[in-house]
Amino acid sequence: MRLTVALAQMYPKLGDIAHNLNRHLTLAAEAVAQGADLLVFPELSLTGYQVQDLVPELAIKATGDNPTFHALLDASRQIDMMVGFVHEDRRQRFYTAAAYLSRGECLHVHHKLYLPTYGMFDEGRYFDQGEQARAFDTRFGRFGMLICEDFWHMSPAYLLWQDGADVLLFQSASPGRGLDGDERLADLRWVELVNQAYGSMFTNYVIHCNRVGYEDGKNFWGGSSIVDPNGEFVTRGHYFDENLIIQQIDLNDIRRTRARLPLLRDERPELVHRELGRILHRNGE
Amino acid sequence: MPDLLHRLNINTDVGRKIITGFIRDQVQKAGMKRAVLGLSGGIDSALSAYLSADALGAENVLCVRMPYKSSAQASLDDAQLVIDALGLPTIDLPITPMADALIERFPDMSNLRKGNIMARLRMVTLYDQSVAWGGLVMGTSNKTEFLLGYSTIYGDSGVAIQPIADLYKAQVRQLAKAMQIPQPLLDKAPSADLWEGQTDEGELGFTYNDVDQVLFLIVDERYSLEEVVEEGFDRAFVEKVWKRVKANHFKRTMPNICKLSRRTIGHDFLYLRDFTGR
Repeated sequence: MRLTVALAQMYPKLGDIAHNLNRHLTLAAEAVAQGADLLVFPELSLTGYQVQDLVPELAIKATGDNPTFHALLDASRQIDMMVGFVHEDRRQRFYTAAAYLSRGECLHVHHKLYLPTYGMFDEGRYFDQGEQARAFDTRFGRFGMLICEDFWHMSPAYLLWQDGADVLLFQSASPGRGLDGDERLADLRWVELVNQAYGSMFTNYVIHCNRVGYEDGKNFWGGSSIVDPNGEFVTRGHYFDENLIIQQIDLNDIRRTRARLPLLRDERPELVHRELGRILHRNGE
Repeated sequence: MPDLLHRLNINTDVGRKIITGFIRDQVQKAGMKRAVLGLSGGIDSALSAYLSADALGAENVLCVRMPYKSSAQASLDDAQLVIDALGLPTIDLPITPMADALIERFPDMSNLRKGNIMARLRMVTLYDQSVAWGGLVMGTSNKTEFLLGYSTIYGDSGVAIQPIADLYKAQVRQLAKAMQIPQPLLDKAPSADLWEGQTDEGELGFTYNDVDQVLFLIVDERYSLEEVVEEGFDRAFVEKVWKRVKANHFKRTMPNICKLSRRTIGHDFLYLRDFTGR
């Protein structure tokens, strides 16, 4: 099955949902015009990244009653979308969230599991952490979604893989850092290495959309990409600049790769479960 | 001293790309199209001018030369090389009458006080031109001097944005060379040019090359002072540098606000500077 993916490597405007929604709808129309089936936005694409005390003001509930969400659901009748937003649950807890929208419905909401709160990051101050890593079915197969720091830890991607996800959708707002002699920033190299690792070790497609632009002095490096089940880059967007990347992929590559390399077949989650149980039990003593 | 300077090598294309994008972004968010900067004839302000011109177009970068009567003619001449090379709009606003109005009240005034007055009057002049010209005031500080506190608070640190303040002096040199700023500026000894024969390195008591390496290890690479000494640097030097960094931290932060209410600016009223941006 062939799937045409669009990566909206955009510059969300901090705190301006109306502006960003408009941008989402414009990009969705462009992606549709270019024949895309799925459009992936970066982390917190509706709000900007360092929202800080704006969180309660920008948070929305993921239902059709919300005008912003309603407009996105409408747009999803033309193209499937993964969007980033601040999600408020029924009890006023706020999450960095990703929603998968398809044919006017919200198929899944993922809450960011790992909130970086170190160095330049301060997410734990503003957001609650998610509690679930769940794959979900789409019209293109079973997918899993993760947000930025989630895929700096290997367990969430592993769980999604074991939950049946053959395609991993990653969104991020990754600040560029580590300028050294190389033509790629140090942390950018790290992310690309990790994405290639997920592709090859899970024999999955890895689709990653990273934002661009600046917030205060921080830059965001873009370089949105797709890694195939062999761990190779199928496409990679410009670094630092806005870019709507359109790329067709062949999901049958997954089957062909797994026929050659049965890493999924041979994986032993029971062993992981058993040994992890022992390790946790022992540590609990 | 060991030579770890190669560890400070940067890819100048990437650095230039990020910084010019930053300048454009910040100027646009301020609702402006232009920049203003003080051109001293030194490498830092020259690099800031080159990056600003690259980001905004030379015609949008106003260079202000603000000599005091003791400033060296060579500084003005070197600044002229930059102005000519880029074709920048320029205005000369000597600060002597403004500075002397205060300096002459105190015949025994130290060089430190005089230097601070000059730096602050330059800030006043630039912010005035910021309104007249409709441009954002570009900073020209580098990471080395910012960390060492080799600057005047509300003087050279009084700017709207800091394009090169995350580059050590050695990295400023690399980027300046890559951007082909005029050779005499690359070659000469850095100086605040407050009095004849003054050099940064003479005044600081160490070289930029040495201090850059120590700062890089401590700040960027998170070495302990002990580990820096183990790399072969002189203990007294390392301790002196770190003491200086700590002592001058007030120059790098906003003044503390005495907290009284439940929500206080700077403590728990937290928004990005860019959140008001256009």
